[in-house]
Amino acid sequence: MIKAILIFNNHGKPRLSKFYEHYSEDTEQQIIRETFHLVSKRDENVCNFLEGGMLIGGSENKLIYRHYATLYFVFCVDSSESELGILDLIQVFVETLDKCFENVCELDLIFHVDKVHNILAEMVMGGMVLETNMNEIITQVDAQNKMEKSEFSSFFSLYRRLSFSLPGRTGRHRLVLQVPLLVPCLP
Amino acid sequence: MALKIVKGSIDRMFDKNLQDLVRGIRNHKEDEAKYISTCIDEIKQELKQDNIAVKANAVCKLTYLQMLGYDVSWAAFNIVEVMSSSKFTYKRIGYLAASQCFHESTDVIMLTTNQIRKDLSSPNQYDTGVALTGLSCFVTPDLARDLANDIMTLMSHTKPYIRKKAVLIMYKVFLKYPESLRPAFPRLKEKLEDPDPGVQSAAVNVICELARRNPKNYLSLAPLFFKLMTSSTNNWVLIKIIKLFGALTPLEPRLGKKLIEPLTNLIHSTSAMSLLYECVNTVIAVLISLSSGMPNHSASIQVSLRSIQHYLGLLAMSKILKTHPKSVQSHKDLILQCLDDKDESIRLRALDLLYGMVSKKNLMEIVKKLMLHVDKAEGTTYRDELLTKIIDICSQSNYQYITNFEWYISILVELTRLEGTRHGHLIASQMLDVAIRVKAIRAFAVAQMATLLDNAHLLTGNTQRNGICEVLYAAAWICGEFSEHLEDPLSTLEAMLRPKVATLPGHIQAVYVQNAAKLFATVLRGQEGAPADRTVAQETSQLLIDRLPLFVQSANLEVQERASCILQLVKYIQKLQQKDVEVAEEVTALFAGELNPVAPKAQKKVPVPEGLDLDAWINEPPSESESEDEGRKPKGKAVFAKEESKHTKPRYTEVDEKELAKRREVRKAEQANNPFYIKASPSSQKVYQDGVGVEHIPVVQIDLSVPLKVPGMPMSDQYVKLEEERRQKDKADKKKKDKKKRREKGEKGRRRKGDSGPESEEDITPAHMVDITTEEMPENALPSDDDEKDPNDPHKALDIDLDKPLADSEKKLPVRTHRPDEVLRSPVDDGEGVEVVPELKKKSGKEKKDKKKDKDRKMCDIQGNLQDGSQVVVSVIFENKCDSFIKAMEFNVLDSLNSKLQRPEGAGPHDGLTVPFQLPPGISNEARFVFSVQSIVMPQKLKGTLTFIVKTDDSSTHEKLDFKLHFTCTSYLITTPCYSDAYAKLLESGDLKGSSLKLEGVSQPFHHLLARICFHHHFSVVERIGSCASMYSRSIQGHHVCLLVKTADQTVSIDAKCDEPGLLGNVLDEIKLTFSQC
Repeated sequence: MIKAILIFNNHGKPRLSKFYEHYSEDTEQQIIRETFHLVSKRDENVCNFLEGGMLIGGSENKLIYRHYATLYFVFCVDSSESELGILDLIQVFVETLDKCFENVCELDLIFHVDKVHNILAEMVMGGMVLETNMNEIITQVDAQNKMEKSEFSSFFSLYRRLSFSLPGRTGRHRLVLQVPLLVPCLP
Repeated sequence: MALKIVKGSIDRMFDKNLQDLVRGIRNHKEDEAKYISTCIDEIKQELKQDNIAVKANAVCKLTYLQMLGYDVSWAAFNIVEVMSSSKFTYKRIGYLAASQCFHESTDVIMLTTNQIRKDLSSPNQYDTGVALTGLSCFVTPDLARDLANDIMTLMSHTKPYIRKKAVLIMYKVFLKYPESLRPAFPRLKEKLEDPDPGVQSAAVNVICELARRNPKNYLSLAPLFFKLMTSSTNNWVLIKIIKLFGALTPLEPRLGKKLIEPLTNLIHSTSAMSLLYECVNTVIAVLISLSSGMPNHSASIQVSLRSIQHYLGLLAMSKILKTHPKSVQSHKDLILQCLDDKDESIRLRALDLLYGMVSKKNLMEIVKKLMLHVDKAEGTTYRDELLTKIIDICSQSNYQYITNFEWYISILVELTRLEGTRHGHLIASQMLDVAIRVKAIRAFAVAQMATLLDNAHLLTGNTQRNGICEVLYAAAWICGEFSEHLEDPLSTLEAMLRPKVATLPGHIQAVYVQNAAKLFATVLRGQEGAPADRTVAQETSQLLIDRLPLFVQSANLEVQERASCILQLVKYIQKLQQKDVEVAEEVTALFAGELNPVAPKAQKKVPVPEGLDLDAWINEPPSESESEDEGRKPKGKAVFAKEESKHTKPRYTEVDEKELAKRREVRKAEQANNPFYIKASPSSQKVYQDGVGVEHIPVVQIDLSVPLKVPGMPMSDQYVKLEEERRQKDKADKKKKDKKKRREKGEKGRRRKGDSGPESEEDITPAHMVDITTEEMPENALPSDDDEKDPNDPHKALDIDLDKPLADSEKKLPVRTHRPDEVLRSPVDDGEGVEVVPELKKKSGKEKKDKKKDKDRKMCDIQGNLQDGSQVVVSVIFENKCDSFIKAMEFNVLDSLNSKLQRPEGAGPHDGLTVPFQLPPGISNEARFVFSVQSIVMPQKLKGTLTFIVKTDDSSTHEKLDFKLHFTCTSYLITTPCYSDAYAKLLESGDLKGSSLKLEGVSQPFHHLLARICFHHHFSVVERIGSCASMYSRSIQGHHVCLLVKTADQTVSIDAKCDEPGLLGNVLDEIKLTFSQC
């Protein structure tokens, strides 16, 4: 079982949090802070597993994480999950995001956390892995987005298109936030 | 209508959407909290509007704020509204919000049941999908019970997208509603062979999760999984299956042999590292279960693994270690290298491994390496971890691997030189443990401790980090208790009474004072043997009399009390000494007696003597505050129960008031002359008043830049060398002996070549004969298994035998009658003679509902009456309490799997029943409704609504009233008379399972009590003798329930037996509730 999925940036700001067990809002924030503290002090070239978050899990659970450009993707899992399997799953998740957002960067996650949730819901459901095939995930996500669009009149879709283009990539930290998470493959 | 939509959209254009909110927050970095609170106010306004688009937008923003840590539970009802929108876009927003912030105690969840059911059966697959995803996050036992059947139907949906989600969510349903596991399992098994790989993967996922907790129930699926493993190409599925096999092989060794081949094939063919790793892991498990021991094989695998991923390699090694320690031991050097790794995860794993790797042979070497690391390690956490590991390694399984305790003591002493460690008490307890239990080591230990005491200033140089001072506690006690081994007790005594001691924490000072007295006794005894040294003895007394007053003034009560007690004793002894009386004998007698180590669990294991009731009060219960003190005794500091009342002589401190006053004067004078006494000034007074410890007293810090070697302390390294030499010598001796023997036998026996092979464990003899005293246990201690399982583990409930064929009654359980496509049979009422039992007076539930509007409209009393079979008649009294006329009442109940309202033929499952009367003001009437019930084991609550029209003179309004019907287990019981001989036969039959209950503080007379049980819980009294009665009742499905009620001193104990333990438990709970309410 996956207990929680957390995405936060290099400064510990949460970009997505999904807990598959109930915690109060305060505890959730504490868990995020603690996890960030544990993960961020590790070097780049050490292994991607660690034990011993106090709040989430204890000895049963492990934190498995990957660091992409400005973001940490952390999965908290129990002993029934394969460590390397989850590591692969994180990669699938990020690649899926990359496909859906076209060169995904932190900015996309900041402004479209709802979309990220929808993509995640096609991969992991209630803490169990639902689908690991990237094409299948993208097909389902696209089909749902299409449905969403068809539900609105032309007037409305115009508005929505407007609103999506509005949060332009013009933030103060534009350059940092626009670093693509996935480094393009070298030929 | 169209205009309205357009208007709504225009409205929306001016609302803030999620992106605007995010941008706003980013632009208000300085006053984020303030900005967000204004946003929340806006959201509250938006939620009040009728437009669903606006609401959905607001809920979407709330979901974001929830992630930032804001409590949004207040909007739970709005979330439900958005969930029930007909538009997919909004529904998705609603379900996402619900999955983020709903949980079991969210009360609006019960409102969602019907909405979710509707979405599950929606023609649009994504509506269903979104509902399943949401439900997987917030499913409650109620939802699971009510929806289990709908989800089971979805498992055979035509669309694979729905099937896989339905299969996956079943795991959550099983967790919340274990009864559904058996009926659903056959279908789940079918899904393992589903044509769609996604569905297959989901089914494998669910079964693996289930099997992980209770593997033995799933052994029968092994052939199926075996087939899947050889045919599937999905790595994720393979990993799961292989992990599952890892859990199954220990239970079925034959499986292991079969697995080796396909696993090896996979290892060679796969390119996925994750799959490879899991294969190797399972191969290891298989090898372990085969225990045929292929150590070389596994060793080679893990070496290759090590290069892949340190961490996982180490993890795998620790698994091998458990059964093949030898094959891992050869990698000791590699593991020790890992200790140098900069990754803490790896270092800690390596430490774990070391723990299992030590043997008599390599203990010293490993610990020596660890000690080096301790010196190097930066960061106190890791260093403390090392320290605890060293102690763990050495002390494991009762010091099994220690051959030389002198070495161990010196290791402990070296560890005391660690700066700023938190584990002083751990070292101290080890010192105490070893000194007490290893008698042969005492002389050495005492010598070491004496040096430690002599150099105490090194340890206490900085009182800020006084964790290590704890060691002095142990040192002082060992020196005192085993003072006969001291070479120079006088100088140790002097060291213990140095004024600097007063800066130590109170509990350590107390030990110092007490043990100074013990030392004093030893000194006296030693000196009185030689009469020429009388004066020395007197000087010793004088020393104590000079130094003890310092402790008498201690702020710590314990220190003060002990010091003043001993001071008076010494003064008395001094008087006797001046009269040339021999006192040594008597003083020694104060501290005579051997202390035996007692096992920590010993007290718990003392069997309770027959006829002793520990729960009975000896006297009237004392008030709360008094009993609290008892629980506060310090624990864990000492390894044994220390006897404090060894004094056989009468106390000398019993003095009258006058004497006291006199002494106070004397003491004051003494204090005035004492240079160490801080004279009473306002400031120092303060220190003593609020400073319970002595930490507040400023102490000049001694800054030591060079790590000091305590003079005269042996280094543990020397021991390693000595030990080597000794072993060599032993070996040589042995060889000689062997040679001699062989020479004797030489002519006959063949000569074996090369005995230079590794020496076996047995060859190493301990340096000195060490007698490790085992900890005492009480005689005839009860053997107890300590592996208490967590009673709250939800998986325990899922430990269900799945291979047993389904009984008819079980097939019925989770099935809803109105589902036409159900394969399983719908429940049929027992046709056999419905006998009408006399109406029961018990109310099965009573709810008073007040409308929140102006005045009470009506009240309903719900009385549950029962008939035989699986039907229950509920009679409801409707009373009109308002001034208006009420008509067109419609009664509807939300059916559960277990209980259903019987509706007339042709009516839909959600239709209400019309109440066949109207109510003028102030009038009440009764209506009866029939429910069919499947299982009567559990109490139930059914939710329902009553809709009605209130007619006043000029208008009529439609009103609604929600209520709950509470079916208690008691309401399924029928008062049935029973004769005592039949009753006795029933109890003897042995079919009944027992349970018991204790009620305290029941003050009513016994016959009232019985009457209460008879009245409220439908029992009849079979026999009553004195304060003891047997009672009987029968359930509508024929379960026998027998009670034996006893009373004594306001305590009522009920022993109960029934052939259905679940029912019995619930009935007992209800009885308990009845008495707690009165």
